[in-house]
Amino acid sequence: MAATTVEPGALRERRTALHENYLNVKHTVASWLLTIDHKRIAVLYLVSISFFFVIGAAAAGMVRAELTSHNGLFLTNEGYNKAFTIHGIIMVFFFLVPAIPATLGNFLIPLMIGAKDLAFPRLNLLSWYLYISGGVLALSALFLGGVDTGWTFYTPYSSIYSNTNVVIMILGIFLAGFSSIATGMNFIVTIHKMRAPGMTWFRLPLFVWAHYATSLIMILGTPVVAITLLLVVVERTLHLGIFDPALGGDPVLFQHLFWFYSHPAVYIMIVPGMGVVSEIMACFSRKRVFGYTFVAFSSIAIAVLGFFVWGHHLFVTSQSMYSSMVFSILSFLVAIPSAIKVFNWTATVYKGRIWFTAPMLYAMGFIGLFTIGGLTGLYLASLAIDVHLTDTYFVIAHFHYVMVGGQIMAYLGGVHFWWPKISGRTYPEGIAMLAAVVTFIGFNLTFFPQFVMGYQGMPRRYHIYAEEFQFYHILSTAGATVLGVGYAMPAFYLLWSLRYGKLATANPWGAVGLEWMTPSPPPTHNFEDTPTVTWEAYAYRSDVEEEAQADRESMPGLGEAVEEEAELDRREGRTPPEFGGAPAGD
Amino acid sequence: MSAEAVHAEHGLEQHVGVQYSTIEQQNESYIVGMWTFLVTEIMFFGALFLALTIYRSLYPAEFSEAHHRLDKFLGTVNTFILLSSSFSMALAVRYAQLGQRKGLIAMLLVTVLFAAGFLGVKSIEYGTKFEHHLFPGPSFDFNYEEREKQGIAEGGMAARGEEQAAVAGPIGLETNRTTGPVLEDRKQMFFVLYFAMTGLHAIHVLIGMVVMLVIILLAAIDHPAVRDYIPIEMAGLYWHFVDIVWIFLFPLLYLIGH
Repeated sequence: MAATTVEPGALRERRTALHENYLNVKHTVASWLLTIDHKRIAVLYLVSISFFFVIGAAAAGMVRAELTSHNGLFLTNEGYNKAFTIHGIIMVFFFLVPAIPATLGNFLIPLMIGAKDLAFPRLNLLSWYLYISGGVLALSALFLGGVDTGWTFYTPYSSIYSNTNVVIMILGIFLAGFSSIATGMNFIVTIHKMRAPGMTWFRLPLFVWAHYATSLIMILGTPVVAITLLLVVVERTLHLGIFDPALGGDPVLFQHLFWFYSHPAVYIMIVPGMGVVSEIMACFSRKRVFGYTFVAFSSIAIAVLGFFVWGHHLFVTSQSMYSSMVFSILSFLVAIPSAIKVFNWTATVYKGRIWFTAPMLYAMGFIGLFTIGGLTGLYLASLAIDVHLTDTYFVIAHFHYVMVGGQIMAYLGGVHFWWPKISGRTYPEGIAMLAAVVTFIGFNLTFFPQFVMGYQGMPRRYHIYAEEFQFYHILSTAGATVLGVGYAMPAFYLLWSLRYGKLATANPWGAVGLEWMTPSPPPTHNFEDTPTVTWEAYAYRSDVEEEAQADRESMPGLGEAVEEEAELDRREGRTPPEFGGAPAGD
Repeated sequence: MSAEAVHAEHGLEQHVGVQYSTIEQQNESYIVGMWTFLVTEIMFFGALFLALTIYRSLYPAEFSEAHHRLDKFLGTVNTFILLSSSFSMALAVRYAQLGQRKGLIAMLLVTVLFAAGFLGVKSIEYGTKFEHHLFPGPSFDFNYEEREKQGIAEGGMAARGEEQAAVAGPIGLETNRTTGPVLEDRKQMFFVLYFAMTGLHAIHVLIGMVVMLVIILLAAIDHPAVRDYIPIEMAGLYWHFVDIVWIFLFPLLYLIGH
């Protein structure tokens, strides 16, 4: 460790001489803010969504702290409403929706399909600026006093009664929505038209399939919520009655339109995570993903079915009983493609050569938490049980298991897995594995008690509650503290690794996939020559050595990159990375 | 890279973005991108069409009465104008494919003129609605026109206020869903949707005009960006979309009574 802390400057210079990459090609601020390189835009997104995550997490911290006392601790009623609203809005619209697509998706899709960039690089940059403009508006709404409607903006509260900054916040979300639409359009065109020769649809990594499904939801759902929220703004500012029952409007129509986007949006938040997990599971089990075609089409099935289940958010409204029955059945159907994924990942691990690393731990955590989150979703899809559970902490726990336990575990797993590719450095493995375990424990401690108290009747969005629930709330807050530590740890060691981490080889995990064939970090246009793909996806072999040998033979470019790294290692007198897949040491 | 000048001698030199390997790949990407964008536009308008359908089926009598206040004649004129503009736009794309710059500019100018005509007619319609207190909001008064004819317009606002007070209280959904007496607010709902939908459509017409003017300017200076027909084809797709939205708006708002 001491040696590396002295050396990095020299190492980096040598490294720079070795190959020009997207990070070191230019260093000015303008070269970042005006970049049209998908990798740099991904990094811009990575930094911005991390910023919003901290704000959303701080709001969550306030909520959890407040709930340690059943009589309220330090927030007024309105203050509490604002705290959970900010938490929801920031986390959903400014973190979870862009989390994986705009960062890992942006970075990896062109690399994975062998393209030089996305189809529309300028549109890509525009999407980041739309996101930032939306974020600035959301933050202004926050600093002007916040919003108290909940992230769902139910009318007529949001359109008539709330005296908070609803209009500014909605305009912020509107802009962020268009950033999401731009990303989705870009991905769809890129996946259709920019694939390298030989990269057929069924050779695509499942990560790409997952993002194709996600993009479909983004372009079909987001415009609907955009116009709906715009109508709320019109109603507020011009005092019209589109959703106002007193003026002949129907507030349930708002809920229909809102959930027509916002339920599929849940799949925007989970399907990319499933893509990440497929990649990680295959790599660290050294096996082709079991039932590739089924996993690919299950992503599409989730995206399509997801558009026909929104009514399960309206079981206790005036929605017709018969629609509710249909929506209930359709909601159950979503369990099928979801289960296909879970079973197939499990079958991938079976008889695989399992290699426990931080990404693998995160991915396994994802499978466990997503399974709990998904199965409890079936409780909520059942009409009779849902009447009892609606608006309780059971719902809160359910969607946090999916969106936080699922998506954030997958996001962190993905960030770790591709960190060597993104930053050109490896992160410290031991502490990263610890962070994954801490996150998993903290998460369960936070949200499992919420299932119990929700089932017993603790309603959501209350900060003054019956004393009997206090025990569970305190458990939950304690868990949130552990979870906070779990989330903070990667922030520190990943930043640390940017300067002091070991230089990464082109393929530190011995993974297959085009993104590992180009140096880490990749050059600006990704590949020196457009690769021609002649092998199937996840062409892993059970034996690591055999596989490394085969990789060097079958993938032009990898061999040279590995030799370069080995040469660099020898010159610096460093030990090669200890990970089994990297053949640098032989 | 070869971002410049491919077929200079044919006057067909065009930009190939560095991310594309061939001009064909670029063109196909643009077209797929445009269609994808139009899908998002359909969903954008779709929510409003859904709202219109739902409220029409909830309040058929009021919507039927309200829709007679729209000017069917001007609506028909506008339909002809917009359909003709689609024809001139199609010709513009054809000229662009043939590389005939003058024809392209002329046809785009014709299209822009049609678009301006459409907005002109629309502004006359909007103006009349404002005059007749049919713009939704506090000043909305469905019977203003009638009373004005009878010379008792002054009492209109007050009368309306009373009517409002009768329905404004904390009434539940059930009340609103029963087919009670014809309420002004339900007629106002028709005009809310009329202005929201035609207004959003007019914004799209305006954006189309800006796009066409930019292409005209670029074509006038023979800018390489418009030497290929693809940008014009994309503008054309967009314009036909704007046209098609109107093809749905016109019968749904102006013509269908029940």
